[in-house]
Amino acid sequence: MPEAATNTSLNDAALVASIRSGNQDAMAQLYDRYSSVVYAVALRVLGDAAAAEDVLQEIFLQLWRNPGSFDASRGDLAPWLAVIARNRAVDVLRKQRPQCELNETVVCVEPDLAGEADRARAAEKIRATMREMPTAQRSALEMAYFEGYSHSEIAAKTGEPLGTIKTRIRAGLMLLRRAVEA
Amino acid sequence: MSVHEQFAEDLALYAMEALPANSRSSLEQHLNECAVCRRELAQMRGDLALLAISAAGPKPPARAKTRLMEAIGKEPRSERAKPRPQWWAALGWLAAAAMIVVVATLWQQNNRLKSTTAQLASQIDQQKLELADARRAAEVLKAPDMAHFDVLPVSSKNPPPPYGNAIYSRQRAGLIFVAGNLHNLPPQKAYELWLIPKQGAPIPAGVFKPDARGWAMVVSPPLPTGVEAKAFAITVEPEQGSQTPTMPIVMMGAGV
Repeated sequence: MPEAATNTSLNDAALVASIRSGNQDAMAQLYDRYSSVVYAVALRVLGDAAAAEDVLQEIFLQLWRNPGSFDASRGDLAPWLAVIARNRAVDVLRKQRPQCELNETVVCVEPDLAGEADRARAAEKIRATMREMPTAQRSALEMAYFEGYSHSEIAAKTGEPLGTIKTRIRAGLMLLRRAVEA
Repeated sequence: MSVHEQFAEDLALYAMEALPANSRSSLEQHLNECAVCRRELAQMRGDLALLAISAAGPKPPARAKTRLMEAIGKEPRSERAKPRPQWWAALGWLAAAAMIVVVATLWQQNNRLKSTTAQLASQIDQQKLELADARRAAEVLKAPDMAHFDVLPVSSKNPPPPYGNAIYSRQRAGLIFVAGNLHNLPPQKAYELWLIPKQGAPIPAGVFKPDARGWAMVVSPPLPTGVEAKAFAITVEPEQGSQTPTMPIVMMGAGV
């Protein structure tokens, strides 16, 4: 329901504001709401529960240290945390230092994802679209996004030309966008 | 192939932070100059966020929360905001925006409430609400259904004098101005608000006409960042506004 979603969104912004003044209860509430999202992405990328738990810990600690990095006017907290978690997990996978600071990450998502039901609906649409996608396209998108491969690594693994890999990744994203907009 | 198409496929990789460094710099240069590609990049990041959200799996183990709460308990706070009362935290920016308008009106009428207003304004300033809060507050103040209420002493028999309250942040170049009991103006005339800087010429800070009850508001006019205000002043100008104030100054006030 739009009203419920709005309330959740306002509460997220208020909770983040409370974190600034050191309110640990606010932090606990945000953790209860979104730890599953963060952990699921990290686990999907890393495939290792202990490493995913470390990423989960790190993401929420960064939010605690720097709550101002989340700009509520530019989107909901859930997709923002999901993207940060994915990026951090890929960094771990590549054994790199963090490439992306929290305050550099802007995530704008059209559908309202503040409520759990909204997120579940959007996630199911995405999963269904991924299932229906041609195998080569889905594979390119998953290898790039969830496995952290560069397009040249994907090209080397699959034996496909670089340009084809790039096109498949972009076309796959366009399919996801259309599915959510439908 | 258009310039945008040339970069379109690189944008997807860039959004995933998977674009090699040698391609990144030319794309970043293009992004600096191209609003179309910046919009597309933002949208792709949104698409990828949805993909991230679609990852499903088991919930994190319970010990992870304990570990986190223990860790934050040991963390020094880097932002030194004063703890706010619970009601304020719960109401958030909406309460802040409402308080600004309501308290600004009361301030003019009652010395005791003036003091309260100053404390609240100071509190708001000290808490340094993030830019997001300021944006949302501005949205409320500009909302078509926004209502205002003048609260006046019941015993007052004289018509109250005009008043104005400007709340200004130099760092954020942000200004909220509320005025009441303003006199009607001749046709084709309007009031213009001026930021009087400590150094330099007055800066236009919004043109406005009062409503039938003499009430007016200016929210977030375009202002340069970092200007230290000595005072705010109001003049009567042609309704399209002026770049320099036309004398006389009809209202003026320095910061408190």
